Formats: sequence, C-alpha cells, structure tokens
Amino acid sequence: MATNDYDAIVVGSGISGGWAAKELTEKGLKVLMLERGQNIEHIKDYKNAHKEAWDYPHRDLPTQEMKDNYPVLKRDYPLNESTFGMWANEKDNPYVEKKRFDWYRGYHVGGRSLLWGRQSYRLNKADFEANSKEGIAVDWPIRYEDVAPWYDYVEKFAGISGSRDGLDVLPDGQFQPPMPLNIVEKDVAARVKKAFKGARHIIPGRTSNMTEAKPDEGRVNCQYRAKCWLGCPFGAYFSTQSSTLPAAMKTGNLTLRPFSIVKEILYDKDKKRAVGVEVIDAETNETYVFKSRLVFVNASAFNSAWLLMNSATDVWEGGLGSSSGELGHNVMDHHFRVGAYADAEGYDDKYHYGRRPTGFYVPRFRNWGTDKRDYVRGFGYQGSASRQGWRRGVAELGVGADLKDALSSPGPWQIGMTAFGEMLPYHENRIYLDKNVTDKWGLPVLAMDVAIGENEIKMRKDMQQDAVEMFEAAGMTNVRGFESDYAPGMGIHEMGTARMGRDPKSSVLNAHNQVWDAPNVFVTDGACMTSGSCVNPSLTYMALTARAADFAVSELKKGNL
Amino acid sequence: MHRRELLKLIASATGVAMVGGDALAYTLRDPVPLSETLFNKTDVAFINEASEVIVPATDTPGAKAANVGATIAVIVTDCYPPALQKTFREGLTAINTASQKQFGEAFISLSKEQRLTLFNKLDSEATAYNTARGIYGIESSKPSRWEAGTTFTPPHYFTLLKQLTLFSFFTSETGATKTLRYVPVPGYYDGDLDYKEGDKAWAT
Ligand SMILES: Cc1cc2nc3c(=O)[nH]c(=O)nc-3n(C[C@H](O)[C@H](O)[C@H](O)COP(=O)(O)OP(=O)(O)OC[C@H]3O[C@@H](n4cnc5c(N)ncnc54)[C@H](O)[C@@H]3O)c2cc1C
Ligand code: SF4
Repeated sequence: MATNDYDAIVVGSGISGGWAAKELTEKGLKVLMLERGQNIEHIKDYKNAHKEAWDYPHRDLPTQEMKDNYPVLKRDYPLNESTFGMWANEKDNPYVEKKRFDWYRGYHVGGRSLLWGRQSYRLNKADFEANSKEGIAVDWPIRYEDVAPWYDYVEKFAGISGSRDGLDVLPDGQFQPPMPLNIVEKDVAARVKKAFKGARHIIPGRTSNMTEAKPDEGRVNCQYRAKCWLGCPFGAYFSTQSSTLPAAMKTGNLTLRPFSIVKEILYDKDKKRAVGVEVIDAETNETYVFKSRLVFVNASAFNSAWLLMNSATDVWEGGLGSSSGELGHNVMDHHFRVGAYADAEGYDDKYHYGRRPTGFYVPRFRNWGTDKRDYVRGFGYQGSASRQGWRRGVAELGVGADLKDALSSPGPWQIGMTAFGEMLPYHENRIYLDKNVTDKWGLPVLAMDVAIGENEIKMRKDMQQDAVEMFEAAGMTNVRGFESDYAPGMGIHEMGTARMGRDPKSSVLNAHNQVWDAPNVFVTDGACMTSGSCVNPSLTYMALTARAADFAVSELKKGNL
Repeated sequence: MHRRELLKLIASATGVAMVGGDALAYTLRDPVPLSETLFNKTDVAFINEASEVIVPATDTPGAKAANVGATIAVIVTDCYPPALQKTFREGLTAINTASQKQFGEAFISLSKEQRLTLFNKLDSEATAYNTARGIYGIESSKPSRWEAGTTFTPPHYFTLLKQLTLFSFFTSETGATKTLRYVPVPGYYDGDLDYKEGDKAWAT
C-alpha cells in the first residue's frame, strides 16, 4: 500500500527520536515516527500542570495499590500521584532481573523527554579518548571535535541555560544566561575555589530550562514553578512536545503513529539493508508493515537493543548487530546516591524567591590534570542549598501554636550534593532476551544482568569523602556524608548496549551510528555510547542524532544507502 | 461511536492511526469519598478535633479549618499497610483512654488547655516509646514510607497522628496559602532575598 512507504522511519519519540524526526523532515524526507505508547499533546494533555498538592486525594503520595502494581518504580521517587500514568505499566511490560535493575521507562509520545531532569552537559575531549588511552573496552570512533559543532547546533535549538566557565573538563556551549546560584551556593563556590586553589568548581547547573524566550518556536522562558515533570504549559524546558515535534510537524513531512510497537526491523540479506519495520498496534494487536529507505532506532538504549535482537534472526541468531558479539553488552549507567549534606550557618537574614528547577554542578576533578587515584575516570556532583521547610518537623516543640509558627517559617539553610560517577563498560554487564517471559503482546522481554565493579566501588569512597571535605573547607557545619544503596538503573542513564567502534568485530555501530551489518539502520540513543563519561548523557544523544541524520541524508542523496 | 473505536477503525483501514485519542497520561485521580475509607463522619470529626490541638488556629486557620481529618482518613486507608492502620485506629481509642485516666472525661469534653496538656504528655511518651525501639525521623518523613508486606515495628500511634496532621495541614490549600507563602507562578528566581523574622516559608 502506497501510504505505508516512507523515506525514513523513526522508532521512538523521546529525546533522540524527536531530534531524528526534526532533522530528517527538515531535510525533506517523508518520515513516519512510530511510538509504542499513547499520544500526549503539548499543553492540552498536561492535565496536572496546574494542580497543587491539595488537588490530589493522597496529596501526591503513592497508595499501597500503586506500589503493588509498580514494584520497580516504588523503589525510588518516581511513584507518585502527579506523574501517575506517565510511567510504563509494569504488568503489561515486565522484564527479568537476573540481578536487581531499576528500569524507569516512559512509554508515550515524548518518552522521557517529559520526565527528565533536564541537566545538559557536554562530554569533554578526554572522555572520547579515555578508553583508548587506558586500554578499556574499545576506542570511540569519533573525537570531541566531530561532535562539537553538533553540540552547538542542538544547544541553540533546545535552549540550554548555563554559565561559560572556560573549563576543559566541561566544555562551554551555546548557552542562554544561567539560572543563578543563591547566596549560600555563591559563597560556598568562592570558598571552595580558594581552598582547592582553583581545582574544584561550583557552577550553576546547565539545564534545558530556558532563561530567554524563543518566540519563533512559541516557547516562553521559565517561570520558576519547578513542576517540569507535569509538562510545562510555557514550553520552557526541552521536550519532544515543546521543541522538536512542532518543528518536524511544521514541515508537513511527518506522520506520527502512536500505539505502534515496532517488533522487528525487516532485513533484506541480499542487499544487506533494512527495508522497513513490522509493527504491532498496541490497541488492536494487529500487525502492520511499513517500508522505508532509512530506519532510525531511538527506542531508548535498552529497547533499541531489544529491537535489534528481534530483527534478522534468520541471518544471525542473536539478531541484527549481534555478529559483533557485543549487542546487549557493555551496559552502563551512572552510579550515584552518595555525597554529603551540611548546615550553612550565618544566613538567617537571607531567603529565596521562586522555585528554581535546577541547582549547582561540580564538574569532575578526580583523575584530572595532575590528580591521580587508585581508580580510573571520575564523577561530578549535583546539589543545591536551600532553607528547610515544614517537612523538617521540630521534635522539641511538642504540639500547638509554637510548633505551627516554627514550621510556618523557613528553617536553617542546608546544602547537599550527590555524586554521579562514571561506570566502565564491562562486557559481562549485559541485557539479553528471555524467551520464557513475554509481555502483554506476546513478545519476549529483556533480562538484566548488570553490576558495578571494583573501579566504581573504589570511586564511591571519594564520592563521599570529597563532598565532606569540600563542605568542611567551605566552613559548613554539621557535615554529614551519606551513601544510600545504589542499584544499576537508578541513574536512569542506560547506555552502551549497541556501542560505536572502529571494527565490526567488536562494535555494533560505526562512527556514524550505522549498524555495520545494515548501513541504512542508525542507532543514535544511549545504546551507541562507547563509554559513559560522568555527565548526564541526553545532550550527547541529541548531538549524535543530529549528526547522524545529516550524514544519513547526504549518503541517501549520494545513493550509498 | 467512541473515539477509541473510531481510531481503531481508521487504523485497520489504513494502518495509520490519527494523532490524538483520549490520552490517559497524567491519570487524573478522583477525590475519594468517605464511604470508601475505613472511617466514618464521627471519626473524621474526632481526628479534626485532635489535629487542631497539634496545629491550632492562631492568626491563621488551623487543622480543623483545613479539614485534615478527611485527608487523613483517605491516606490511612489507601497509603498505610494494615499494621499501621491498626496502630492508628487503636490510637484514636487510646487518646480517649488517656484522657479518661488523666481528666476523668472523654477527649471531646476536655477544655483547650486540658487537650494541650494531654497531647504534650502523649507527645513525650511517643518520643520515649519510639526511641526505645530505635525508630527515628517519622515526623519529617512521608506518611507513605511503609510498604505492605514488609515487617517493621510500628511507631507510637501519637507520632502517626502528628505526622499525618502536619503533612495534611501543610499540603492543604488552607495551610499552603494562608499559613505558608504560596505563589503559583513566581516568574523569576532571587537567591539573595532579604529575610526578616516572621516572614513565611514557601509552600512546596
Ligand atoms: C526522572 C528522570 C530524570 C532524568 N534526568 C536527566 C537529566 O537531568 N539529564 C539527562 O541528560 N538525562 C536525564 N534523564 C534521562 C533521559 O530522560 C534519557 O536519557 C532520555 O530520555 C533518553 O532519550 P531516548 O530518546 O533514548 O529515549 P526515551 O526518551 O526514553 O524515548 C524512547 C521512546 O521510544 C519508545 N519505544 C520504546 N520501544 C519502542 C518500540 N519497540 N516501538 C516503538 N516505540 C518504542 C518509548 O515509548 C519512548 O517514547 C532522566 C530520566 C528520568 C526518567
Ligand atoms: S520550572 Fe520552568 S520549565 Fe519547569 S514547568 Fe515551571 S516554567 Fe516550565
């Protein structure tokens, strides 16, 4: 059927899929974007965006029933009333935990772009060279310089606010003015800089919350409500809905099909090319075939690997890309939940106005410059200072008017930060298909077998100690280090399951994110990461997607695909 | 024809669904009627009276005006595991027992001052009880922190009442807008705002 033929198919509509759709449609291709979940329309469907705690029957708390139905989600903060319905249904979409793995998924148009924390950082030069220098895993087939112009490009369009700090470890970009540090954070930043002689920095978080409007895109600057994950009625943070989807729609070249679970990439083994995809309609269970010349796989790191594993199994038992022996391997996340907090005394005459949707950032300083540790790579911190609110409780005040008055006034200032550490790509950390367990649609599900290693465990000591040391050096009092348990996945930065490389024998993708065994199939989400750096990864997916789309279209025009 | 069926029809005809549909995202949750909780009107009235001692009306409204009793009934029913529901329920009775013992009257019949005296005593008892069992920090944690099926030692019932009262009051419209500083759309951020004693805390 003619209507089922497209120039390109994009699988998934999250952060990376949205970019693929925008870039490909703007270059004139007719694109079909397939999304397994329901549609969510910008603004109109952000039903809770204007709700307050008192509008929820349980004041935003999870009920026991919600906990029973979401045994994974309940392990951390995402299970609540206000975002309920925005997380993949765990009964319909099970997975197997060979080892505990916390997988936080958003299955709907926009994917996790509606739910993300918006922190946006560039990888640095050393990140792209570390594997090769240290003899770990395989070398990235690209260098910082290959991606830099694409970082510029996506930052400008997405709208990232942040400061220019001139640090090699955290390259500057095309930023809007930063969201300011508050008075305590500023003072602590100055003291830390002095105490560590300029080797450690506290900078404003770089975030995709805009400080300047983009009238041409119909986007308003941030209004400081900090309700981002309910959807932003101002379009003030980057999401597929606020940013890439309207741009793609504007071209008239995009067809978006929700409720479309892509179950297989159809592969022509003679031509060594994908010819299209097979889809199950999530509502009707009917199967459809869509044809295209290009396939962009943007289903998020694990689901993209899952899709490859389910494709071309008549040629390779382990699926498309498995000839490398690396498909599904080298799983990475960022390990975290370790850091410190402290009291900041002497600021009782200061407070803040507004709810800032970001905090401060401490760029990596370990194993950087002349610093040398007994582990490789490093970590950064995210944190903030604020005055405590009513939740602090005041046990000494018993009950009555004094307690009420005390809790109606702001409490002492506190400062805290959590480290995000780089996790090495270990071959034995893998995901694979478990054919004995199927989802609601009868499809095999993923099994997770991932753990952190020696290097990470050693790093975690520093992640706590250094935080304590910095707060102490900055004159904070009552400094307390903490380490809560971390399970892989909790960082929500899954990466590495179809890595890029220089050799088809040890990597799934080449330097342009093409599957070695099917050059018209591009994987540009977290699956492609050869190493993980310690910075939040999504900005890099955006840049790599735009870069790959540019390459794909030029190759298509040259007749190479 | 329902929109969903219409969509299915279009989908099966062309394979291409229309964009749209009735999104179920951001599930809107209906208010829970009292009849679906473990509590009746008398219970709610009692909880309101008790909570008012913990968070009384001052120059701003208190717990009763915020009707925290109704919220507490819903939270205890839906967010508490059975063991805590039992502790809380028995606690309501225990308040009356303690009142009878100290003042020879039911809690409801006590004067404001007597109520405060009783509750300050229960609060100290609760702290001692929890400390003896190594239970800390409940007041400032979320009322939903317990999971069904896990084994734990329930804290003193009065701690539960106090925590539920503070939580339900400060997350209520009355508490957030009248007692705290509430600005729905702040518009900007100032991290160096002068503060004088008595200025209110931000509602979260
Ligand atoms: C609470 C939270 C905070 C976060 N904070 C940050 C942060 O501060 N900074 C940062 O960089 N990252 C952050 N992340 C991570 C970030 O959200 C992800 O890295 C990013 O969304 C990944 O983009 P993606 O396109 O790969 O996948 P997603 O955005 O997850 O989108 C994938 C889409 O593909 C669809 N899909 C999956 N399988 C199929 C299939 N078979 N067929 C069709 N469609 C399919 C899904 O339904 C989904 O819509 C955060 C995530 C969460 C949840
Ligand atoms: S904090 Fe800013 S970006 Fe987030 S929802 Fe509010 S206005 Fe939108």
